[in-house]
Amino acid sequence: MALLEIKDLTLRFGGLCAVNALSLEIEEGSIRSLIGPNGAGKTCVFNCMTGFYIPSDGEILFQGQSLRDKKPHYITYLGLARTFQNLRLFKGMSVLENVMSGMHCRTNAAFLTTVLRTKGQKKEEKHIREVAEECLDFVGILDKKDFIASNLPYGDQRKVEWARALATQPKILLLDEPAAGLNKDEKSRLIELMHRIRDERDITIFLIEHDMGLVMKISEKIFVIDYGVKIAEGTAQEVRDNPKVVEAYLGKEEEETA
Amino acid sequence: MAEIKKKAKTTNPFEIIVEALFNFFENKVYLYAFIALAVGFLIIFPNVSSRFTQEIMTNLFFYVVVCLGLNIIVGYAGLLHLGYAAFFAVGAYTTGILSSRMGMDFWLTIPFSVVAAVIAGLAIGFPTLRLRGDYLAIVTLGFGEITRLTIRNLDITGGAIGLIGIQRPVFFGITLNQISHFYYMFFILAIIAIIVSYRLENSRMGRAWAYIREDEDAAAAMGINVVTTRLYAFIIGSSFGAVGGSFFAAKMTAISPDSFMFIHSVMFLMAVVLGGMGKIPGVVLGSMLVVLIPEVARGIGPYRLLIFGFLLLIIMLYRPQGIWPDKPAISAKE
Repeated sequence: MALLEIKDLTLRFGGLCAVNALSLEIEEGSIRSLIGPNGAGKTCVFNCMTGFYIPSDGEILFQGQSLRDKKPHYITYLGLARTFQNLRLFKGMSVLENVMSGMHCRTNAAFLTTVLRTKGQKKEEKHIREVAEECLDFVGILDKKDFIASNLPYGDQRKVEWARALATQPKILLLDEPAAGLNKDEKSRLIELMHRIRDERDITIFLIEHDMGLVMKISEKIFVIDYGVKIAEGTAQEVRDNPKVVEAYLGKEEEETA
Repeated sequence: MAEIKKKAKTTNPFEIIVEALFNFFENKVYLYAFIALAVGFLIIFPNVSSRFTQEIMTNLFFYVVVCLGLNIIVGYAGLLHLGYAAFFAVGAYTTGILSSRMGMDFWLTIPFSVVAAVIAGLAIGFPTLRLRGDYLAIVTLGFGEITRLTIRNLDITGGAIGLIGIQRPVFFGITLNQISHFYYMFFILAIIAIIVSYRLENSRMGRAWAYIREDEDAAAAMGINVVTTRLYAFIIGSSFGAVGGSFFAAKMTAISPDSFMFIHSVMFLMAVVLGGMGKIPGVVLGSMLVVLIPEVARGIGPYRLLIFGFLLLIIMLYRPQGIWPDKPAISAKE
């Protein structure tokens, strides 16, 4: 059974149909990409999956469990973590504190234990810190853990976001344009990092990306959508050769020559 | 970036002093020595001061307790609350009614007043915490007035006259009826409030409040239940106010609706904002300003409140973020 299954997902804003009867499956341990021209509805799909938008129709199944009407925090608890297209770090807080936020849904110290500073609470705090540091180490910015997040260069801020998502200990990681704003060097390290996330941590990866070079290189399977409709799916080669995909990106050939 | 910021800061005379003090207390030895001295001084204080001064200091401790509670809601969770006096009233009246009408022992009334505050906090928090910023402020403002008017018009609360004959607390056989007794009682209460606040701030829950304050959606995406976490802030903050109210009732032995006016909510909020939202030393400092300045300026006569207002204006002009400085940030370029 697929880890994540989207069936006939439809999202309407008034008369506009942002996502139209989209169906796709993501197998455990795979790396999948969702591509499409600007405004094709890619981020809308992510927002539906993570509970930020409520789908108008259709079903999203995660390990056989429906994610419809689930709140974002609960979906994260179930094991879907996401990053944002435009960085959404907690700007005024330290890098370590940012990453510690991911552990919130895996821990449970409440008012009384906190006020009394019980042994369990102290142990839990230590555990949160350790996991956060391990995640920072994994993405390679442990040495910057005490910096205020907004003072870091852009590339490092991206890494903080990945570490933060990893700290939630997800089963599937949704990356919304992870390569946006990164230079060539950082992109190649991103590819390596994604492979490590999948191989060392057994986390399935589903990403939205505009950088075709990166998508073609990393994804085992690509889904292409345009105007909210899936127009193709397959390996990098299959997608590249698909006339519908070429049309969506470059326009119809006849029109151009006419 | 940070270099430039630092240079720009030094033009502000207010900030030079504050920053110098902050740097001085970077050294933990000085800090602990200062705290030990301050606590020692405050312990022997009633022996060397007049009853009037003790009264003012008691009022200051009371402000510290209540403002730290408000700070949890406003400073930590970032929810603007304009009706905090209502929670303070809930605590005071719970103790007042149980003590004066049913003859319950003072200490036993405290759990009831906390429960009452939790219920009141849930009652207004649950439907309104989905609102953002300004809307919540209006609802809390309305709640404050509704509570005051309800108290004023009910029989059990004694209407506009209020309640009299609230019993004095008895502590290990000593009836607390001297001002010095209350001085120590509120002093201990203030210290407990500081410790509880500090522990909450540096915990999983305190961080969750900060995450939500910084970016609600990102916090939700990280698995934090925004509504529940806010509700916690609301309930815990309200309970601080209610406990403060209970002790207030015990000290005054008589309470009336006039003690819980909108102006009191404003004074509490002002202490929090002046000192620095979300910072414990800032809130203590803010309480000192709000309580002590009008008293120190008493000699000036009828213009004292004018001068008080003028001072507040100056502080807000020079330190809009509150007097207490933020932790110095480490920049990316060392």
